[in-house]
Amino acid sequence: MTGFLTLLTKEILRFWKVAFQTIAAPVLTALLYLLIFAHVMAESNAAFRGVAYDQFLIPGLAMMSMLQNAFANTSSSLIQSKITGNIIFILLPPLTHWDYYFAYVIAATARALAVGLGVFLVGVLVAHVPVAHPWAILAFALLGSGLLAALGLIAGLWAEKFDQLAAFQNFIVMPLTFLAGVFYSIQSLPPVWQAVSRCNPFFYLIDGFRYGFFGQSDVAISLSLSVTVLSFLCLSAVTLYLIKSGYKLRH
Amino acid sequence: MTAAIEALGVEKRYGSLAALDGVSLEVREGEFFALLGPNGAGKTTLISALAGLTRADHGTLKVMGHDVVTDYRAARRALGIVPQEIVFDPFFSVVETLRFQAGYFGLPRTRALDAWIDELLANLALTDKADANMRQLSGGMKRRVLVAQALVHKPPVIVLDEPTAGVDVELRQTLWQFVRRLNAEGRTILLTTHYLEEAQQLCTRIAMLKQGRVVALDTTQHLLTAFSERVLRVEVAATLPAPVAREARKSEGHWHTFALHDTTEVESRLRWLREAGVTPSAIEVSEPDLEDVFVKLMHR
Ligand SMILES: Nc1ncnc2c1ncn2[C@@H]1O[C@H](COP(=O)(O)OP(=O)(O)O)[C@@H](O)[C@H]1O
Ligand SMILES: [Mg+2]
Repeated sequence: MTGFLTLLTKEILRFWKVAFQTIAAPVLTALLYLLIFAHVMAESNAAFRGVAYDQFLIPGLAMMSMLQNAFANTSSSLIQSKITGNIIFILLPPLTHWDYYFAYVIAATARALAVGLGVFLVGVLVAHVPVAHPWAILAFALLGSGLLAALGLIAGLWAEKFDQLAAFQNFIVMPLTFLAGVFYSIQSLPPVWQAVSRCNPFFYLIDGFRYGFFGQSDVAISLSLSVTVLSFLCLSAVTLYLIKSGYKLRH
Repeated sequence: MTAAIEALGVEKRYGSLAALDGVSLEVREGEFFALLGPNGAGKTTLISALAGLTRADHGTLKVMGHDVVTDYRAARRALGIVPQEIVFDPFFSVVETLRFQAGYFGLPRTRALDAWIDELLANLALTDKADANMRQLSGGMKRRVLVAQALVHKPPVIVLDEPTAGVDVELRQTLWQFVRRLNAEGRTILLTTHYLEEAQQLCTRIAMLKQGRVVALDTTQHLLTAFSERVLRVEVAATLPAPVAREARKSEGHWHTFALHDTTEVESRLRWLREAGVTPSAIEVSEPDLEDVFVKLMHR
């Protein structure tokens, strides 16, 4: 247990000591999106019925920021220690794959929650945001952060250079988050794009998260919850397997 | 008694290159053992496989009887590795680095641990750098922190992969004094080094690797006597009488070299010279030297 807790402490300190970049900066970015999009899109019908666009946007932005920061936390931590070589400090001790997995994922989730809370608090200064189902907010925040933290671990294990990681982030994570319905309800899309959106697992994260606030969603909450739990378990299993097998760590 | 380190038929390939080509050796508990060999011989690869940083393709490796794959937790707890490359986490100070490393090995922060860390720092001449950030240290200091990191969980088996590269002479002495003490206290030491005189002074047994194979494995003493000979060199101003000149292995100016089977032969040789009417103005007996053994083995 001490080994796991030490690694967890290190991973938390790693982002906490530079909280200005790891928490404050993404909150500011989200605020800018909020101000600009709320202004440009105020008259659009991209939101749910009976929900103002700025209200609608806040949970989406909070979730998007959480997903991106959870991913960034695990992937950047891993790639940095791989490239500097100090990864051996955690490869030499008798830590298990569970220790690595939980330490990295919990730390990334902590950062994601801090960012999400920051976005929410900044958001409520701009617009009123109701809270319909707190359990759904918490469940999707945790599952979404955990999912992307695991994906970040996979990317960090796979990538050998920073640009490979950047490619993973720019060509997979960014498009999937941006096209997950952060800025619009998929009901406002043509049917083809609605169908495409439903293939994106991130869509269910954002839709379920939003349900927690407004009590309404594009798809049934049971569906988004099932997809999210299933994706989380699958990705976690893959991550645990990769760590256990020493993939690109213990060549 | 279980061996401290046991390698059995260890093979590791990188593409077509056999970095380890069936290495078997045993390091006994409490030994001070040297692993020697030219660059690229496979020393670091063997150590990495032992530490679980890489996986052997074939063969087994054990630390204190624990298989490094199937019983990796016990094996890693028993092992302290000082890596060849200098690495550090710029995020931490020296003392934080050590506390975290102890934590990874399952040691909570206790007064006893803090005392041990202080002792490590003192023995490695790092006390005044305890709170310095790792970035602020010189290369030699960083290497000594790596040594401290390897020892922080008090492993019974300590592996040092070229620990004195880039460390100045005085600190090298400090380091060896400390490592000798750890060995005297019962810890097993496996050392790779480029400074053969270090291995000769410190180690009781030696394995020599060449292209992934063990080419010699014996006590330092045996290797020295088996592979290198002693010679007697004498300076004589006058020309040597013919029978004496015939016996000389080599003559350069006034210096003449005679082979010796062992050091006890010096006396009889000198008597033989005196009886032949030769009076040396200077004599020299060359001691066998690991360098000779090394060069001979590597060129075979
Ligand atoms: N990760 C790797 N990929 C490819 N070749 C490697 C790798 N690591 C070591 N080698 C090769 O294996 C051989 C043994 O290397 P190494 O164990 O570092 O030698 P030593 O430590 O004895 O100098 C060398 O030829 C080296 O180039
Ligand atoms: Mg080496």
